[in-house]
Amino acid sequence: MFSRKPIKIRPSEITSESNYLNRRDFIRAGAIAGGSLITPGVLAAVVPETRLAALSNVAKSPLSTDERPNSFEDISTYNNFYEFGLGKDDPAIQAENFKTRPWTIEVSGHAEKTGTFDFDDFMKPFDLEERIYRMRCVEAWSMVIPWVGISLADVVKHFQPTSKAQYVAFETLNDREQMPGLRGRSLDWPYREGLTIAEATNPLPILAVGIYGNVIPNQNGAPIRLVVPWKYGFKGIKSIVKIHFSSTRPKTSWNMAAPNEYGFYANVNPEVNHPRWSQARERRIGGSVFASKQDTLMFNGYGDEVAHLYKDLDLRRNF
Amino acid sequence: MNTLQQIRFIWKPIVFLICLLPVFLIVGDAFEITGRLGANPVEAILDRFGNWALRFIMITLAVTPLRRISGWNWLSRFRRMLGLFSFFYAFMHFVTWYVLDREMRVADIIEDLIERPFITVGFTALVLLIALALTSFTAIRQRMGKRWQSLHNMVYVIGILGVWHYWWQVKKDVTEPIIYAAILAILLAARIIRHLHRRRILRQSSPRVPLQS
Repeated sequence: MFSRKPIKIRPSEITSESNYLNRRDFIRAGAIAGGSLITPGVLAAVVPETRLAALSNVAKSPLSTDERPNSFEDISTYNNFYEFGLGKDDPAIQAENFKTRPWTIEVSGHAEKTGTFDFDDFMKPFDLEERIYRMRCVEAWSMVIPWVGISLADVVKHFQPTSKAQYVAFETLNDREQMPGLRGRSLDWPYREGLTIAEATNPLPILAVGIYGNVIPNQNGAPIRLVVPWKYGFKGIKSIVKIHFSSTRPKTSWNMAAPNEYGFYANVNPEVNHPRWSQARERRIGGSVFASKQDTLMFNGYGDEVAHLYKDLDLRRNF
Repeated sequence: MNTLQQIRFIWKPIVFLICLLPVFLIVGDAFEITGRLGANPVEAILDRFGNWALRFIMITLAVTPLRRISGWNWLSRFRRMLGLFSFFYAFMHFVTWYVLDREMRVADIIEDLIERPFITVGFTALVLLIALALTSFTAIRQRMGKRWQSLHNMVYVIGILGVWHYWWQVKKDVTEPIIYAAILAILLAARIIRHLHRRRILRQSSPRVPLQS
């Protein structure tokens, strides 16, 4: 209980944060010099199989925050991924040998293009972009994470959903052999999440495949996971194997587990408290013991981009 | 030195220092000497003090059954100290929450106490622990007479409230609360069984009262 096995990632595998920050400036300079008009699919997103390998052709995004990102260590050792254990440091230890290849993603439901795709083929039509987003956990802590991913809106459009598609549902891999957490009945497996079509086609959500310019660590949801920055972290479903275009609202894992505590929308909202704790403030991970908390922002500070999606919705009831 | 002196001058100081070890480890981890507190140090400190409070409540409750089973009567000499350490760790848990987590915002704390039942439950346990700690002095104990024992029987209520507080607070992983609940159930059952057993013996051995005619 007092000492945990250290994670076996060689220092050489990780881009140091200082190198990373220099690289960002370098790329930004290049992007300005070369002009940053990029048409979708030109760069063809390629995600190497090698763990934590560097990703290339990653474009910058004006949607990124300029807040200082959390350290790679914080991001990769303090997170929830119940398939790999219930403790915050469990996923980093238990997902170490998780196999992310071969990996397939099944696309089904009300869309013109459906089928089962190999992960590498799935990625090809899209461009990699860096999105530095705030991440607010429902447990009242937060981080800033430099994700690399593809726009979910691009993905949705690519599969051409029909007018019947009102929702996009996602499912995590359900592999008892590889995921020790599935033996416990903490949630009704597989992990499920969903968005409305309007939410999924908003410019903000991404399917992330990287962090800090490298392939995403297993414990953070490799090889591909959802990031919806204005919603609580549990909406960001990890290690996705199924995408379904649905006419009805999909069941979502935490909502199924405790409907009075976790809603379908799960928008970050400082005015609607969790029944057991306040959501008014949050602790930014990475500060010292005496660092003060900060006020939680409506929609996690992304109101300009998303508030219009909910203008006819009572957010107290639809939490 | 006789046995009582040995306990008082040698064993009690040693046990005292052992009971303080979790504090040294938390401080050592905070300065990254003995280990690390991780990405969320405040949460880690809060959890560790809370866990030690529960552990000491269980250890304190185990003293009497253990003494009866083993016949080691010297164990009862340590009961008060262990009980006071339960209070100490619960109090440190509260101080961490008040100062580092709630940032001494009184309005937030009042809201928490009223609106969040798991905090109400935990706070009630703390208030009871304070009462027991304040009445733990020998002089007060003697002055209180029989009322002292009835007040200090509250330790069972504190144990239940403490485990309840923990159980209610966790999001999903109730493994550890279940373990505490099981230990507490065994410790309480030991007392109930003994109580029933003694009543039966008393009833059997008491002379039959002849019918009045």
